[in-house]
Amino acid sequence: MKPILGALFFFGFIAIKAVFADGASIALSGNTRGVPACVTCHGASGAGGVANGFPRLSGLNADYLQTQLDAFANGQRRNAMMTPIAQILTPEERAALARYYSELTIPTNPFPTNPSPPPSPETPGAQLALKGRWSNGLPACVQCHGATGAGVGRTFPALAGQSALYIENQLHAWQQGTRAPGPMGLMKLIASKLSQAEIKSVAAYFAALPPELGEKGSTP
Amino acid sequence: MKIKIPGILTVGVLVLAAAVIAGVSQYRSTPPDSINPAPLPVAKKSDSASSSSGKDVKTPVTFHPPSEQDMPRDEFGKTIQLGKDIFDHTERYAREYVGTASNLRCSSCHLDAGRLAHSAPLWGAYVSYPAYRSKNKHVNTFPERVQGCFKYSMNGKAPPLGDPILVALESYSYWLASGAPINPKIPGRGYPKLPKPALPPDYARGQQVFEQHCALCHGADGAGQMDANGKRGFPALWGAKSFNWGAGMGSIKNASGFIKANMPLGLGGTLSDQQAWDVATFMDSHERPQDPRYKDSIAATRAQYHDSPDDMYGQTVNGHVLGQGTSSAKPEAVQ
Repeated sequence: MKPILGALFFFGFIAIKAVFADGASIALSGNTRGVPACVTCHGASGAGGVANGFPRLSGLNADYLQTQLDAFANGQRRNAMMTPIAQILTPEERAALARYYSELTIPTNPFPTNPSPPPSPETPGAQLALKGRWSNGLPACVQCHGATGAGVGRTFPALAGQSALYIENQLHAWQQGTRAPGPMGLMKLIASKLSQAEIKSVAAYFAALPPELGEKGSTP
Repeated sequence: MKIKIPGILTVGVLVLAAAVIAGVSQYRSTPPDSINPAPLPVAKKSDSASSSSGKDVKTPVTFHPPSEQDMPRDEFGKTIQLGKDIFDHTERYAREYVGTASNLRCSSCHLDAGRLAHSAPLWGAYVSYPAYRSKNKHVNTFPERVQGCFKYSMNGKAPPLGDPILVALESYSYWLASGAPINPKIPGRGYPKLPKPALPPDYARGQQVFEQHCALCHGADGAGQMDANGKRGFPALWGAKSFNWGAGMGSIKNASGFIKANMPLGLGGTLSDQQAWDVATFMDSHERPQDPRYKDSIAATRAQYHDSPDDMYGQTVNGHVLGQGTSSAKPEAVQ
């Protein structure tokens, strides 16, 4: 009798685990199907890794994170590391991980090695970030990603306090077509109008911005 | 459902920006998005309006405002800079007049800090006043015109004439217009006047355009979006936090010109004229804050201020008589 009860409990537990995927557990220790712990690359606080261009995940919008994991899984976004991992994750696990990271507190200084102090507002990157280049039909980054790069909604991720190398890599990926063009093809179009020097400069600008400038929920 | 836009729309034969044309060719090289597929808004050859506009309307913009580095660095320059700050962060620098009455900024409709041709640039406005306006039936000075922006487009309060905020905005506009001729027809002023569309503008078609090309930023409910810190992100297109019924953008004709030239952001010129008219009709067929000039009844207010086929005030859409305004006491998704 006892072994049967034990087995019942065991399989019941497995079933519950399968239905209620545990984001924290996968993030901290991976899963038995070969997914490595996310913290290995993205850091214990989800701040990412500046040297390798691993992005900050903490505090990003949950829907945005899930969309990206789904895109890795279905091949719309390609990355040697993330594609196989996302393909092993079940849709429920991807959703749970996205939720987990969206709820993590943003580290105040995720990238001590990012350029500091912030680049002067006169750099080409700051100009592009704050004003765009309308003679070329290029909107300012902050028009969609928020005045301080904090991100807007599920579509426009936070750029402030993101790894500079990661931002550079994404703009290159859009130029080269290894990342899906994004809603309405906006980011591919925008990346196509940037020079290599501008990409470096604009990435440095946002990387150096504190991830949270405003008081949450305050009146604008 | 269908909305009749009665009468003949008076249409000026006018200009679309070279920028608009450039926008179209740039966008055509962009493959469709595969994450959130949305049909590419390539202008149709069969759209007679836009194919004819392709050649005729491309009058080049000859005036270019001075570059920001050339802003004077003296006392006058400080006031010019304040004008630009008000323009970009209206809620901070003109708080007492706009507060949280809307989630718009001056630069929501006047793109590139009031520099961009065909997006009602300040330099175009500055050289066009004083002027007689049928809107209030007298000659308006430039500061009085700006007061109208606060009262209607920002759904706020007009700063009194001589107020430092109006002085700063006038100084910024004057400086942007450096070297421009006094000329109310200066190319690039205001929004393009689109030719009348092939089909009468239609709410249902406009809704489809909205869902495919606009809702991503402005939200499915048109209420705009705040950023992750709760600061203003994308402007509300209707509802309690949008421009009120007295604003120029409430004219379908104005709105269609702005949309065609400038929307979606970075993809100006990619919607067909028909799509621009349809989606402008959809946007302006929603409730928004009451016209501050409201008197006696919706019907009387329509007769006095909104008697135009391009104006939905007082019209019935989906069983709702527009022009009732929005209750500011009502809790809103966007603050």
